[in-house]
Amino acid sequence: MDKSFRISDAKKWFLKGLRDGIPIAAGYFAVSFALGITARNAGLTWYQATLASLLCNASAGEYAGFEVIASKGSYITMALITAIISARYMLMSITLSQKLSSETNTLQRLFVGFWVTDEIFGASSTVPGKLNPHYNYGLAICSLSFWALGTCLGVVVGNILPAVLVTALGVLLYGMFLAIIMPEGRKNKKVLILIFISMALSFAFSRLPYISALGEGTRIIILTLLIAGGAAFLMPVREENSPEKEDSAE
Amino acid sequence: MRHNVYIYILIMCGVSFLLRALPLTLIRKEIKNKYFRSFLYYVPYVTLAVMTFPAIMDAVSNPLGGIAALVIGMAAAYFGAGLFPTAIICSVIVFCVEFFIK
Repeated sequence: MDKSFRISDAKKWFLKGLRDGIPIAAGYFAVSFALGITARNAGLTWYQATLASLLCNASAGEYAGFEVIASKGSYITMALITAIISARYMLMSITLSQKLSSETNTLQRLFVGFWVTDEIFGASSTVPGKLNPHYNYGLAICSLSFWALGTCLGVVVGNILPAVLVTALGVLLYGMFLAIIMPEGRKNKKVLILIFISMALSFAFSRLPYISALGEGTRIIILTLLIAGGAAFLMPVREENSPEKEDSAE
Repeated sequence: MRHNVYIYILIMCGVSFLLRALPLTLIRKEIKNKYFRSFLYYVPYVTLAVMTFPAIMDAVSNPLGGIAALVIGMAAAYFGAGLFPTAIICSVIVFCVEFFIK
């Protein structure tokens, strides 16, 4: 392939990424605003929260992280919770590593990895054929700048908004979590059942004596290892039904 | 023990970056162990479900609003409402309940 062709190809994919990133950016903006409110409640300043959003690019991970900061948890708790909640990114990265051509160099792979989110993964893993990393750069730069901006505004403006509105905006995150898990629950009834089991046990753990005293972060880790581990053992995903294949078939 | 916010942030971004970047740079072959693959596959759904309930109920002043948001949000997402609409639906329900039912 001649070089000028490859450069124009990169530009084409980058611009397509910027365009496809617009709806993602809109969703991120609202959700990260709520995240900023969580960060403010955890005692973070606007630049600390914005820095966290720029570096972490993770909704659930950052939310849990801010909860750890709020509860003054240990650094080990922070590392464990981040690892548990971001474990899904590992699977996404494994999937994307199969999508990238062998020409993709290590630096490009690091950038693609840095910007793996649920939505960017969703958009880039459904590209037909091999994946051009510049598509991911476009998606990420468009959507994640609004992620950081929203987080920043959430911290700054969160305290001048009426309490009712802040409460309502805080629920945006949970709505987003539901929007991530339910479509897979529809495709795979085992996942749907697991969602209900998870919620039921989570409720029980939060109300039971002794267990409820463990703290939210620890309960999330225990429940995830218990339920996802049990599910993997009792109903391992069959190869022809693997998540990669389902995702790429969308 | 006093904790530094920047160290917290560093741990957060360090761990999540390693998890995302290592598979892309190191693992060029597919993981074959079906139990590990299945575990990774189930993790996000379990974790997010655990994080959503009962938190959505405890985050609002009227638990009924949280439950209504959960049930309607789950239904909307199930039928394909998408990220942004589902989030807005949940938020509007909680706003209405908080605002009109004291």
